[in-house]
Amino acid sequence: MDLSLGHEATRLWTTLVASFLASLVECVEALTVVLAVGSVRGWPGALAGAATALGVLAGIVAAVGPALTRIPLHLVQLAVGAMILLFGMRWLRKAILRSAGLIALHNEQAAYAKNTAALRGAGVARGWDRLAFAVAFNITMLEGTEVVFIVIALGASGRGLMWTASLGAIAALLTISALGVALHRPLARVPENTLKFVVGVLLSAFGTFWVGEGAGTVWPGNDLAVPALMAAYLVIALCLVPVCRSVARADAVEG
Amino acid sequence: MRWIKSIAREIYGLFVDDGSFAIAILVWLGLAVAVVPHAASSARWAGPALFAGLALILIASVLRFARRRK
Repeated sequence: MDLSLGHEATRLWTTLVASFLASLVECVEALTVVLAVGSVRGWPGALAGAATALGVLAGIVAAVGPALTRIPLHLVQLAVGAMILLFGMRWLRKAILRSAGLIALHNEQAAYAKNTAALRGAGVARGWDRLAFAVAFNITMLEGTEVVFIVIALGASGRGLMWTASLGAIAALLTISALGVALHRPLARVPENTLKFVVGVLLSAFGTFWVGEGAGTVWPGNDLAVPALMAAYLVIALCLVPVCRSVARADAVEG
Repeated sequence: MRWIKSIAREIYGLFVDDGSFAIAILVWLGLAVAVVPHAASSARWAGPALFAGLALILIASVLRFARRRK
């Protein structure tokens, strides 16, 4: 088997999976609010707000993505690698602390209840519901900005990867939208922290690899260093969960 | 416009949760970028060393959080 083809396939698949999972988490959070807006204020405003924001976000990817390919690759790898490391390690740190029970888990059901209560108290709109549009637009823009960053960061590191990363995000959007239409309630059962844990591992590995490449490091095994980094981050993170629990318990007993 | 401010805050929040954690990562990356191009003889170890530093920063940060939370 051609080794370079194997490396290319590894890169494409890891980019696709990382983009899909990271986007999935953000789409779940946006869906909760859009569902709350739609069920309380009506669907035309909610769907129009979400669709407009999606159009703006697609425009940002279309404008920024190709522009990044004109910048020397090692500079993009350094800058994007550093950003994706900050982003990925932040998620991983939070996921470890949540798994250890030191930070509360995100609760989609509670977020939905809070949003529906706030929207009910905002009065009834006559005609076009600007509040519904604005709330759906804002949440889609906020969560979507994170998706755009992930797509651009994952896609900027190699030729053809922008399409792969975009495909992952679109697949996540379609999956969550289909589930939202079918269930008509927030996706409280999505294991959000597990997803964040996995995405944190993936992004930390990508970020480390790219910063290394951008700085001129020759990675052992070239692109195969990415799965090795993923495995190493995963083992460390999994070991940290019980260690954090026991440290917190021991300090509580002493305190 | 309020949503632009919210997005700016959200973008900052994408990267920074715990300030000292973010700064430690950036300092380590800065060191790596400064040192690696001049360390051709040890280039094979540069990648694993970069990872080891980042892993230590992560370990130190979560343990510090666990100790602080009584």
